[in-house]
This record gives sequence, structure tokens and C-alpha cells, in this order.
Amino acid sequence: MADTLTTETQRTGAAALLTIDQLCKSFSVPGKSIALSVLENITISMGEGEFVALLGRSGSGKSTLLRTVAGLIPPTTGKIELWSEAVTGPSQHVAMVFQSFALLPWLTVQENVELGLRARDVPLAQRRDRALATIDMVGLDGFETAYPKELSGGMQQRVGFARAFAVHPDLLLMDEPFSALDVLTAENLRGEIARLWSDGTFPAKSVLMVTHNIEEAVLLADRIFILGTNPGHIRGEVVTNLPRPRDRTRPDFKAVVGQIYAAMLNPEMEIGTLTPPEIARYVPLPHARAGGISGLLEVLVEEGGEGDAAGLAHSLRLEVDDLLPILDAAAQLGFAELHDGRVLVTDAGREFARADTLTSKEIFRAHVLEHAPLVQTVVEVLRSRPRGVMRRDFMLDILDEHYPEEEAERQFATAVDWGRYAELFEYEADDGLLRLT
Amino acid sequence: MNWRQFPTIPELRRRLPFNLADVALLLGALTLVYGIARVGSGALVSFHPSQETSPVSLAPENLPYYAARSTLRMFIALGFSLGFTLAYGYIAARSRRAERVMVPLLDILQSVPILGFLTITVSLFIALFPGSLLGLEAASIFAIFTSQVWNMTFSFFGSLRTEPRELVEAVTLYRLPGWQRFALLDVPSSMIGLVWNAMMSFGGGWFFVAASEAISVLNHDFQLPGLGSYVAGAVQEGDLAALGYAILTMAVVIVLVDQLFWKPIVAWADKFKFERSSAADAPRSWLLDLMRHAQIPRYIGRTITPLREATERQFSKLTAYHARPIAFGERSDRDWPFDIILLLLTSALAAGTVWFAVSDVGIGETLKVVGYGLVTMTRVIVLVILGSIVWVPIGVAIGFNPRLARFAQPVVQFLASFPANFLFPFVTIFLIHSHVSINLGGIFLMSLGAQWYILFNTIAGAMSIPTDLKEMSVSMGLHRWRLWQALVIPGIFGSWVTGGITAAGGAWNASIVAETVNWKDTTLSATGLGSYIADATQAGNWPHIVLGIGVMSIFVVGFNRLFWRRLYRIAEERYSY
Repeated sequence: MADTLTTETQRTGAAALLTIDQLCKSFSVPGKSIALSVLENITISMGEGEFVALLGRSGSGKSTLLRTVAGLIPPTTGKIELWSEAVTGPSQHVAMVFQSFALLPWLTVQENVELGLRARDVPLAQRRDRALATIDMVGLDGFETAYPKELSGGMQQRVGFARAFAVHPDLLLMDEPFSALDVLTAENLRGEIARLWSDGTFPAKSVLMVTHNIEEAVLLADRIFILGTNPGHIRGEVVTNLPRPRDRTRPDFKAVVGQIYAAMLNPEMEIGTLTPPEIARYVPLPHARAGGISGLLEVLVEEGGEGDAAGLAHSLRLEVDDLLPILDAAAQLGFAELHDGRVLVTDAGREFARADTLTSKEIFRAHVLEHAPLVQTVVEVLRSRPRGVMRRDFMLDILDEHYPEEEAERQFATAVDWGRYAELFEYEADDGLLRLT
Repeated sequence: MNWRQFPTIPELRRRLPFNLADVALLLGALTLVYGIARVGSGALVSFHPSQETSPVSLAPENLPYYAARSTLRMFIALGFSLGFTLAYGYIAARSRRAERVMVPLLDILQSVPILGFLTITVSLFIALFPGSLLGLEAASIFAIFTSQVWNMTFSFFGSLRTEPRELVEAVTLYRLPGWQRFALLDVPSSMIGLVWNAMMSFGGGWFFVAASEAISVLNHDFQLPGLGSYVAGAVQEGDLAALGYAILTMAVVIVLVDQLFWKPIVAWADKFKFERSSAADAPRSWLLDLMRHAQIPRYIGRTITPLREATERQFSKLTAYHARPIAFGERSDRDWPFDIILLLLTSALAAGTVWFAVSDVGIGETLKVVGYGLVTMTRVIVLVILGSIVWVPIGVAIGFNPRLARFAQPVVQFLASFPANFLFPFVTIFLIHSHVSINLGGIFLMSLGAQWYILFNTIAGAMSIPTDLKEMSVSMGLHRWRLWQALVIPGIFGSWVTGGITAAGGAWNASIVAETVNWKDTTLSATGLGSYIADATQAGNWPHIVLGIGVMSIFVVGFNRLFWRRLYRIAEERYSY
């Protein structure tokens, strides 16, 4: 299976529909001299007829990348070209399907679908016909005069697809198009999109899709770029090479999914020859609640102390985005080890999961003090204070040096959660006071 | 399945070009057009400012005509308000430089006591339209306009700044021309707020109709035919019966406008709500149902489609999309030249103000007026406190009882839009006979209009407390003070602040007409800034008018900044769900 996990920096044959060359994007943070870098050195090339997925966890900048391609956000440095022309704003050749559907609630289904054609000054009769044909194609025949709010979520996203299809784009951008739908609806719609693509009736020449769902990427895409975090960069590329229509029960499908899981779980693992930038100098806390860590360990211990991430996500009904921080946290605290997509509970983890409430808190306390530098810092500062009290703002000021504002808040919240669970300190949210217990 | 041989009655109705609804609509439309033509022509009568206008006749059969004249003024002002709102709000939201000037300016304009300006505007408009009543008409419409427009503009500006990000991205991505973006995204997404604010403003506007139709400026008595002048005439004659007819007419007009205008618009605007699914209890209106039932509107719609298309095409061409990536989260550097210009302008304004206070009116007069301001401020504070003590418990009781609320809310809204100055004469008579000082009675007069804002905002706040929190409190056995402490006060705090700020603003404005009141030949005058402005207006003393208005504006703006805005922040930070 190793041959599916290769890097192809240069595609042969197809003319370059889209080339992204050494793209970097950083946002200036108010009140800070250093800009926050969200994308670094992104180089991607795709041709006509390709379905490409950008797969990454939250914080990998994948949505930002998609929006720079759409011409909605200007890149800081680097080049984006569509049909060898630099992208300086939204292009005629591009359409997009949004995560939240982005339908105008006061327009009917038909008027929503006509939106792009109307902007292009397509005459009324022609506009009507094209919209009707597209509405028919996505299976919304008979709903032309309905308003979006009268439709279910799945049907609303069908309108979203129809609106993008109606302009016959060369490149269709999809921003997590199925993630706002419930599981069954998403599965259904995903299947239909896959069918349209493999039938060759798909109304767009090529697709660039952003997702955090590994199975979805493998089900739909020809090539998958795996994005790393902090800042977002391309860790490597996976060519799926599976026959269409794809069947997720087949072993080769499962193998590709398993390998990508392993790669995503292990940030140090080499995927391709594209070297990721140096690892962040500072170890942040994964955003997982103490209760979540303990719950996950209990499940793992019950299942014999080990499991694979893909299966675990499935049996816990968690998206990989939600599961990974918990696994990371368990690993950072020394309760688990991660190897190639498998999770092994350590002896300490086993003890922690089995202990009664009091003992488990003691174990947690010891591990947090040893492995979570931020919590340790909080405790040290509190101990140095005469009354063992500190304002929240003081801590945030320190964190602001290392993180953008939002992330600083999240780091603080996680540290507080762990510290409270370990009964190291108390926190009064009302007046923002931390106090030693 | 199509086994029916003959069309059913509803089907038959649908196929006929006309139905009963169409007949009703046609009759209604014709009546409206005739009415407007008839009433509107009355505004073009010639008049010479040297003479005083003929006093209104107190015969009750003239009331429908007067009511129509006043209502027409209201709607013309509403039209201007809407146009101003769209232009001002759009420019302020789209240009960063414009925003920095226009938003603070708007904030000050909405705090300025409109009634104090009548003198200036009446003189100005009479000069603009010499030899015609149109000048007075325009001044009255302008007064109503200034009472309606500011919060509509704020609402539109606020909506433009909070458009959902993905919708903005969608219209940008599909390269919608500026006109289409305005018509398909900007206006629709602000519609709910705009309609609601226009409705509230319109209700508040009646007060200004009544106050602006009959005024004495610079030793002249000016009267425009209208309900307000009718009431003023009744007060002068001491005719209680006429007063009763006027109040009745006003009530009928408010109900009619609500049924024929606002209810259909609110029901229609419901489709502009951002909801993922349709709500069960959408607002309804019999008139809108009638219009949807009728064939004519649909027929007209079909007929003008090509025209609409052509218009849209022209506007779209004029505002063609030009590639300019939107940038969110990014701030440009400081705008130094603009900062300096602003600073210079502000300093010049401040210097001018000081110079005016020192040389034109003198320090002594200025201090005296500030003292009057403190007196009126005390009245406003007492009014808000007393109003809250009385109406908050009642509002909470109504809001916690959905069936009562459904019945009470329209009643309270009616009371809020009923012009309180129609009721002033009754209080005046009472004050004259009971020998209660107008210094105290003024508080009551001011509260006649202002207090309702506290009540209906409290009701809205109490209704918006989530049901599960109410149920939780009941199951926890929370009662009386504990319940108020834990749930009610935090739950209604934000709404109460909104009510309080509106009530206080209304009371400041009302002080100009409430601190000096007449009945026949008796005039009661309280010590305060309101009566100072009223006296200066009557005497035509320009420096004093400007001083009075200036001091009142500073009081209102200062009060909003130092007090209400802090409460707003507390409400947002601590007491939001």
C-alpha cells in the first residue's frame, strides 16, 4: 500500500487550470507588531478534470486557502493563477459551495439558483431555463418557488450546489459542504455528488474541496493534500488511485483511510518529500476537557488498552477534528502513546482510568504538573502571591506574547479546566480571579 | 388521479381574471388616490407670512379632513426618512472615513431636542417658499422627519455592518453588480430592523405632528390645518368636547394606519428573517392575505417584469462589479491627514462654542441655563425611577403570562404611539384646580408619553426569558425576591436599559412642551430648561434659543455616554444569553 502514499510535485499531461505558487498568508493582529501566519509556502497545481481535496484539522488554514483561490482574500506573498492568469479577485471561472449554504433567505429556490447568472447579465428566458435544468439535476424539481427556510438542511445545500452548477464553472470550490448536515443526509448527498462525478455529468470541470473528514476525501478526491497546522502548510499529498464508484467497505479503500489517519495523528510523520517547516518552539495545550480525556481513557481501557484512531472515532461517533485534541492531550499528559494511528494506554493511563474519583484526581494533578507547562506556570505564579490570588488578565497578557488573542483565550480556558479538575486552583469567572485551593 | 371533471370553486376563482378580493383592492386603491389628491391640494393654498393663518374650525365634521392632512404629513416624512436612511447608512457603512464622521454625528443628532429647532426650521422654510403655506408644511414635515429618521438610520447602518459573512462572500464570489448587491443583500438583510424601527418612529412621530402644526414663533402664531392645530384651538377656546373628538379621531387614525399599513408590511417582511426553518407563529395581516388572494397584483407584477429587468440591467451597468478582493480582519494603517482635519474641525467647533457662550450670551446666562438643565434632568431621573417602579413589575407580570401578553402588547404599543400632548389639557385643568405646582406636575406631563417605553420593553424582555430557565426557577422553588434576583432582573436588564434610554430621550424632548402649558388664558410655567427654550422660542430670542438647545443637547449626550452606555455594556457582558 505504500505506493498510494507518495508525493507528486509535478503532474504531467493536463494543462494547469490552477497553480498556487509559494503562497503565504498572514493576518496582522491588532496591537501586535508581528503578523499571525496562517499559511506558509503552499504550492499546488491542478489540471482540468481533477477532483482535489485539502484535508486538515481546524487551524490548518484550509478554508483561508480556499478563499484566497476564490479571490475573496488577497494572499500576502506568492502567486495564484487560473488558466495562467493571476487571481486578483473573484473570477468568472469559479463557483463555490459554502458550509452554511449561504442562500439568500428572501429569494426563492429558483431566484437563488439564478443569482450567478443574473450577475452575468444572462437574459431572463435563458436564465430561467438554465436554472430549471440545474434544479432538476440536483433533484429539487417542484421546489422552484419554495423559500429556503421551507426546505430541510440537505435540500438547502442542494440549492447551494445548483447555484454553483448553474454558472458551469471551470473550478468548483467546496468549503466543507456536508459538515453542516446530519450524518444520513450528508451521506446521501455525498453519494449523489460522487455519482455525478463518476458519470461524467458533473457540471464543473474540476473541484477543489476542503474537508476534515478523511473518508469523505477518499470517497471523492483523486488527490488529497494533507495540511499541517501552526501555520498551515502542506505536509504531503496522497493519490487515491481507487476505482470509481468507490465502495467504502472494500479493503483498499479502508487501507487508504487508515494510512491517512495514521499520518494525521502523528504530526512528525513524513508523508512526502515536501518538508514541513520547523515545529513550533512552544508546546501548546491541546483543547480537550479533563473530563473528555478521562472518558476516552476509560473507553480504551475497557477495550483492552488499545485501539486504532479510525475505529475509535467511529465507535465514539466523533469527528476526527474532535477526537484528535483529546488523543493529543492524553499523549501529552503521559496517559497514552500514539503509534501510526494506533493508541496505546500507558500504565499511568490505566491506573488513572481505573482509580476512584479522589485517587484519579491525584494522578491527574501529578501528571498535569509534570507535563503541562502552562498549568505549572499558573500554579507557580499563584504560589508566589501573598494571598494566592491572581487576575485572569495577568495570565492572558503573558499568553498574548505567544499566541493570537483567540488562541490565548482558548489556551487559558484549557489550563483553567485542567487546573480545576486537578483541584490545583479555583477560578471565579465573574471577577476573573484565580485562587489557590 | 385527475378524476374531477369540473373545476372546483377555488379553482374556478383562480382561473377568473378577477375575484372579490380584486374588487375590494381596486375600491381601496381608488379611495386612497382620491383622498391624497383631495387632501394634498389643500397644502398649496397661498398665504402671506405677514398675516396670521386662519384659525382652525372646531366643528367636528372637519376632523376627518384635518386627520388626513396630519397623516399625509406623517407619510411624506416617512418617505424622506427612508430615503435619507438608505443613503446615509449606506455611505457610512461603506466608507471608513465617512463612518468616522457620520456615526458620531448621528449619535449627537438623535440626542438633540427636535422641538427646540422648530423656530429655526420654520423661519428657514418660510423663506424658502415665499407666499405659500408650503413653507410651514415643509417645516412641520421636517420636524416629523427629524423625529423619525435617526434610529432608522442607526438600524440600517448596524445591519449593514453585521451582514452574515458567508452571504457577503457569496455575492462577492458571483460578482454581483453594486445595485444587485444593494437590492438582493443589503436592503433585505436589514429589512426586519428597518420595518420595526420605522414603525416605532412613526408612532413617536404623532407627538411631533401635534407639536409642530400650531406654534408661535417670533411673535407670530402659525397654524396648519391638522389634528394638532385642532387640539391647540380647542385648548385656546377651552372646548372640552372638541378635545374629546380630537382624541377619538387620533385613536381611530392610529388603529387604521396600523391595520392598513404596518400590519401588512410586518407580515410581508417576515420573509426577511434569518431562520433555518419557518416559524409556526408568523405575523399575519388580513390586508396582505387579501392582496395575495387577488389577481391584480400578480397581473401587474407579470406586466412590469420586462420593465423591471431593463431597469435592473441599467442600474447594474452603472454599478458594474469591479474586482477588489474584500479583506476582513485587516486594518489599514492610521489615516493621518484625515485625523488632522477632524481634529482641526472639532477644535474650531469647540472654540466657537466657548466664544459664543462668553460673548453672545455671557457667562451668567450660561450658568443659569445649566442650572435649569439640572432641574429638568432631576425631573427626567425621577420620571425614569418612578416609571420603573410602577411599570417593571406590571411588565414582568404581563410578559410571564403569554396569553395576557398577546392581548396587552398591542394596547401598550398603541398607548406609546398616542401623542401625549393631546392629553396635556386634562392634566393642566387638574393642576389649575388642585393648585398642585407645575414644577411637580411637569414630571407627570412628561411621563404621559415616555413611560410606555419602559413598560413595553420590560414586557418584551420578560417574554424573551427562555422557558426552560423559568421552569427551572419554579422547580427550584424560587419565589418573590429570590426569583427576581436570580432570573427576572438579569433577564430583563438589557430590555429595561433600552426602555429607559428611550423614555429619558422622550422626556427631554417633551419637557419643551410640558414645562409650559396653557388652558384658555391661564399659563402654567415650571422652572426648567424646557420652559426656558419654549419662552425663548416664543420671544424670538435667537442667542437664548441656541444656548438652550445647546445645553440640552450636551445634557442628553453626556447622560447617554456616562450613564446609559455603561449600563448597556453591563447588559451585554453579564446579562446576555
